[in-house]
Amino acid sequence: MSDTRPSARYTEYHPRWYRTHVSTWWWLARWPYLKFILREISSVFVAWFVVVLLLQIRALSRGPDAYARFEHWLQNPGIVLLNLIALFFVVFHAITWFNLTPRAMVVRLRGKRVPDRWIVSANYAAWAAVSLVVAWFLVRS
Amino acid sequence: MAETISLEVLRYSPEHDAEPSFQRYDVPVHKDWVVLDALNYIKDKVDGSLTFRWSCRMGICGSCGMMVNGEPKLTCATFLSDYARDGRPVRVQPLRYFPVIRDLVVEITDFMSKLQSVKPWLIRGDEKPVSEGEYLQTPDQLDRYKQFSMCINCLLCYAACPVYGLDPVFIGPAAIALAQRYNMDSRDEGAHERMDVLAQHEGIWGCTFVGECTQVCPKHVDPAGAIQQYKLTATIERFKSFLMPRGAK
Amino acid sequence: MVKHSNEPVLWSLFSAGGVFAAFVIPVHLFLLGLAFPLGWIPAPGYQYLHALVTLPLTRIYLFALCFLALFHWAHRFRYTLYDGLQIKHLNELIFVCCYGGAIFGTALAGYLLWNFH
Repeated sequence: MSDTRPSARYTEYHPRWYRTHVSTWWWLARWPYLKFILREISSVFVAWFVVVLLLQIRALSRGPDAYARFEHWLQNPGIVLLNLIALFFVVFHAITWFNLTPRAMVVRLRGKRVPDRWIVSANYAAWAAVSLVVAWFLVRS
Repeated sequence: MAETISLEVLRYSPEHDAEPSFQRYDVPVHKDWVVLDALNYIKDKVDGSLTFRWSCRMGICGSCGMMVNGEPKLTCATFLSDYARDGRPVRVQPLRYFPVIRDLVVEITDFMSKLQSVKPWLIRGDEKPVSEGEYLQTPDQLDRYKQFSMCINCLLCYAACPVYGLDPVFIGPAAIALAQRYNMDSRDEGAHERMDVLAQHEGIWGCTFVGECTQVCPKHVDPAGAIQQYKLTATIERFKSFLMPRGAK
Repeated sequence: MVKHSNEPVLWSLFSAGGVFAAFVIPVHLFLLGLAFPLGWIPAPGYQYLHALVTLPLTRIYLFALCFLALFHWAHRFRYTLYDGLQIKHLNELIFVCCYGGAIFGTALAGYLLWNFH
C-alpha cells in the first residue's frame, strides 16, 4: 500500500485544511489542565526541599554557631511563607502520586485485578507509617 | 411544546473562507434530543451545506466526535437538555488538534497511519491450522486486555491530549491503548515488534500522564493507564536487555 | 536496541524519586520548615542532629533522598518547560540545564555527606 501520510501539496481538488495554532496559555483554558501544571510545578518545591536539606547539612558540619544561624534563617517570615507554600505543593504531589499509582501499576492476585482503592489505601497507610518513623527520629532533644 | 436552543456551529468552507467563523442556528428542543439530532435538523431543514460525520448514532461507531462547549464529546451521546437550562448557546466545533477539512469534519489520516504502525492485530510466529481448533483463553486472560479492546477510535482522547496538540508526532492515547490490547492478549506473540515503535520518544515517552484522555473516553478504555503500564513494561525490557544482552529476546 | 532512547532510565529515576519524595518529604518539610522554626514542636538539639547525620545509614538515606528527588525534579521540570512553554527549539538546552542541575546537586550532596565531620 502506498504512503498514507497526508500530502502538503494543495491542488484544485485538495481542500485547504485549517490548522488551529495551540496557544502558549493552553493550560489556562481548562481546570484539569491547570491542575496538571500545578502538579508538575510541585517538582520545583521538591527541589527546593533538597536545597534546604543541603543547607542544613552544611550548617551542621560547620559547628553550633553556624547551625544556630541556619535555624534563625529558617524563622525568617519570608522563608516560613515559602516553606508553607512548598509544603502545600509537596503534599499535593504526594496525594496526586498515590491516587495515580494503581493506574500505572496493576497488581493481580490470583488472576484478578486488585481494586484501585485498596492500592490507594495501602499507599496512604504506608505514608502515615513512614511519616511517624521519620518524626520519631527527629522529634528529640 | 418545544422550546428552542441556540447552537453556534463553527463553519469553514475552504473554497471561500480564509478562517472558520461561527454561525448561529435556533433549533427546537425535544426531550431526548442529542446534539447530533440538532445538527441533522439544521442540515435537513435550515442549512443543507452544514457538513459533519455521523453513522450509528448510538455511541459505537466513533464517527461523531466533536467539541461541545470546549469538551470533546460524541454528539450522539450528548443531550441538549443538559445545556438548555442556562439559556446560553451551545458551541459546536470540530475535534480539537486535528486539521479541519470543512465545517465539523477533520482530517484523521495521521491517526490512521499511527494506528497501523503499532500493528493492531494478533501476531504469531506460527498459526495453528483450523482443524486443530481455537486458541483457548480463560476469563482471567481476557480480563487483562478487555478494557483496552473497547476503543471505538472516536479520537476524543486526541482532542483532549495537550501533548498531541503541542507535538503532533506523538503517537497518542488510542494507538498506544490498542497496542496494549494486543500486547496483553495471551494469543499474541508480537510484543517485541510493537516495542520498536512504542519505545521511541514519539511513542510512549512523550506522555506526561495528564490523564485527560481517560476522562473524556466514552468507552472507559483508560488509555492513560495503558500508557503508564507500558512505560513500566518498556523500562523492565530495557533493563533486561542491558543486563542480559544475549539472554533477553 | 541502540536505537532506543535512554528515556526508560530517566523515567525510572523520576518514578523512584517521586515515590521517595511523596513518602518522606512532607513530614521532613513540615518539621524542618514549619514545626521546629515556629516552635510548635521542640527542635532537636545540635549535638543530637550532628550525631544522627554522622551515622553511615543516615548519610546513605540523605544522599539517596537528594539524588532521587533532584532527578525527579529534573525530569518533570524538563517536560513542563517543553510542553508548558512550547520552547521546543531550546530542547537540548533544557535537557542539559535540568539533568545537569540534578547532577550538580547530587555531587554537592555527595561531597557534603562524604566530608561530614
